[in-house]
Amino acid sequence: MSGAGAISVEALHMTMRFGDFTALDDVSIDIPAGSFHALLGENGAGKSTLVKCIMGFYRATSGELMVNSSQVKMTDPRVAQQLGLGMVYQHFTLVPSLTAAENLVISRADAPAVINWRAEHRRLTEFMAQMPFKVPLDQPVSRLAAGEKQKLEILKQLYLGNRFLILDEPTSVLTPAEADEVLGHVRGLTEAGQITVLMISHKFREVTAFADAVTILRRGRRVGGGKVGEISVEEMSETMMGKAPETSERRRAATRQHPVLALKALRAKDRSGLKSIEIENITLKSGEILGVAGISGNGQMELMEILTGQRHVSAGEITVKGDAFRATRAEARRHKIRYLPEEPLHNACAPRMSVAENLAFRIFDADKGGRPSFWQDRRAMAKNASDLIETFKVKTSSPAARIASLSGGNVQRAVLGRELTGDVDVLIVSNPCFGLDFAAVNSVRDRIMAARNKGTAVLLISEDLDEIMELADRIIVMSEGRVSFETPIAAANIVEIGQHMAGHG
Amino acid sequence: MAASDHIVGRGPNAGARVFSGLMPRAEAVAIPLGALLAGFLAFSLFLLFLGKSPAEFYGLVWKAGFSSAFSWQNTLSRVAPLIMAALCVALPARLGLVVIGGEGAIVLGGLAAGVTGTHVAGPLGMVLMALSAMVLGGLWIGAIGALRIKRGVNETISSLLMAYIAIALFNHFVEGPFRDPGSLNKPSTAPLDAALRVGEMPFIAAHWGVAAGVIACVLCWILIDRTTLGFAARIAGDNIRAAQVQGLPVGPLVIGFTALGGAWAGLAGFFEVAAVHGSANASLIAGYGYTGILIAFLARHNPLAILPVAVLMAGFEASSGLIQRRMDLPDATILVFEGMVFIIILLSEALYGRLRIFSPGYWESR
Repeated sequence: MSGAGAISVEALHMTMRFGDFTALDDVSIDIPAGSFHALLGENGAGKSTLVKCIMGFYRATSGELMVNSSQVKMTDPRVAQQLGLGMVYQHFTLVPSLTAAENLVISRADAPAVINWRAEHRRLTEFMAQMPFKVPLDQPVSRLAAGEKQKLEILKQLYLGNRFLILDEPTSVLTPAEADEVLGHVRGLTEAGQITVLMISHKFREVTAFADAVTILRRGRRVGGGKVGEISVEEMSETMMGKAPETSERRRAATRQHPVLALKALRAKDRSGLKSIEIENITLKSGEILGVAGISGNGQMELMEILTGQRHVSAGEITVKGDAFRATRAEARRHKIRYLPEEPLHNACAPRMSVAENLAFRIFDADKGGRPSFWQDRRAMAKNASDLIETFKVKTSSPAARIASLSGGNVQRAVLGRELTGDVDVLIVSNPCFGLDFAAVNSVRDRIMAARNKGTAVLLISEDLDEIMELADRIIVMSEGRVSFETPIAAANIVEIGQHMAGHG
Repeated sequence: MAASDHIVGRGPNAGARVFSGLMPRAEAVAIPLGALLAGFLAFSLFLLFLGKSPAEFYGLVWKAGFSSAFSWQNTLSRVAPLIMAALCVALPARLGLVVIGGEGAIVLGGLAAGVTGTHVAGPLGMVLMALSAMVLGGLWIGAIGALRIKRGVNETISSLLMAYIAIALFNHFVEGPFRDPGSLNKPSTAPLDAALRVGEMPFIAAHWGVAAGVIACVLCWILIDRTTLGFAARIAGDNIRAAQVQGLPVGPLVIGFTALGGAWAGLAGFFEVAAVHGSANASLIAGYGYTGILIAFLARHNPLAILPVAVLMAGFEASSGLIQRRMDLPDATILVFEGMVFIIILLSEALYGRLRIFSPGYWESR
């Protein structure tokens, strides 16, 4: 363990390759002792790769790391720990059933086999007395609020003697007030010269309010940065998102647009059960793609669950063509509503059933006239499977193969085939290109645009702003469970959208 | 070109394609069979450790369970409740629920049949007895499905605990309100009228419960493999999120399938009372519900596969007495055997999809 006082970290020309893929390309970052540095970037920009290289989880392909101005070989997370480098993760790493004191003591690498709790408590009380903020030591962690838990995570790092802390989106599970309190204390610690901080964040507000300096990554490269105050929020946003993409080559046909799906005054709990989703009004029209932008975890997943009937709605209503909609199979069939959830193998397929069976999910319980049928029509299911496999070019060894044996792109094509066959009035899509290669991405986007041109109303929920800018006719931004911004594509300004995504409207 | 890169329709030949279509089924037969053999082997080691002869053991199982008309009678007398108890595990399992409390539905079904039997008469009375047993068993296990869906209660634990409650209730009613004053040594409900007793089938030395079990399995197989309800249940059992996105009625499916499983277990109780014991008493608590768990898992929750597996296990159970006498082994030896097989079956679950010879592409690429 290092002695008291903040330490400096400098990474020089860090490059990290995974096979052919370069996750981090010649990135340098200098974090002087006692500073509060922010690391900005979109999903997949290389932020986590950089901090994992610093922490020794990855061995950088090339590049050097300096700690307190002397070069170190970061071969192992234990080396980082010995040098006084610590990390606070996005999600808590505390044991909920143990008290704060117990969590602190067991986190020590040198925790003895038999613990003298009285002595430990005395030492912990002394330790706490020196800290600028307190956490009740004798309460089980499960009873602490999220803000208290995050404070305890930071205290744990200080207790372990770490003087350089990496905070990975530390406020993503906190309310804004809690976030300000925790970051305020962290800021105080850096100003007192006790620690140095590198914080990964999406939120410009937090960066401008608490950090000294910022480094911006995009597609694995350092694309900008500087002292907070000298670089404006607009510049940060533009650098982070990149220039607006060139206009799409996909033909956008003129369509007749009339309202199809409407969400009014919806209220629901979010995943954590602590925050709420509050959507006042979303209207989706035929022949348009409505893009729902937002940073992961701002209510988009919950919106998808509400629309698919997986999440309880406490108030408000969803209507389709004027009829109330509760996401039953009969309603979805009558109104020709289809869903493409993200990660189709996990959310839209039965992985242990065959390709043919998975392709039959939409048709298996209706006869040719659309009436409910009691008996499975195996011949119809087999024909449906071979038609879809051929039309949508699904590569499979056999229709009887388990769908889980297919590649990601083929699973996505199979699900697209299943959901886009026949008349589709409403298509609700979530992150359709997650984890797909370039060719697969293009064919998926072509299908979505083709559906729109045929008059389908498309709701496209995506964390990839480029995708939304490319496909959408109209964009709304979700932030903190609410719709915070709306703009037609013609007037869309990527800087403005980025700011609203970061909760800086 | 790797096997998985073939586009269907361009496979090498039709024969290989038919063969490859059969491979997933072959996997479902070969892996449990292999696990069963591994279980036999492990139990042999256990016997050698005790200084007993595995050859003698398996010889006695053959002799007591399958070698003669008499031993078949002994075996078949246990088959009916085992089949129905296994269905009580297999049906919920197709929806992803591990229900292990079928014993509770069996004893309550027996109680319902025994009590109903004291109030009714004639062939219609027998039907009423069977129906009451199925309804009570169905409500009991259906409640476990409902608790799971409505309240998120773990069905494995609730079904096990509810089995204890069911047995306690059974004892309470048989020793209390419904006790036949004439039953002195062994508290029982009133003995059934001869007209309400289920008889033997012609040509086979077994009661009609065996036929009912066979019919139940065939019906359940048709339900799962041939009806749209069964297809929906399989989707929900494999991936509940996909089923919800498709708008399938997951809750009613879970409650319906658990209740149907419970109804079969209740029917097992009816046959035990009406065909074997003649009244509801503590002999009903024979552990069929627990052996049923092993049978369902060995059969991969396939109702048709339950039939041969149930016969095999019934043979082992039928040989228990002979083994006790001839090999000087305790009565619980069969339980050790069943436990070993069960653990190996659970371990073998990890093999599915891992053995290349069973992947359809493996055979097409030859």
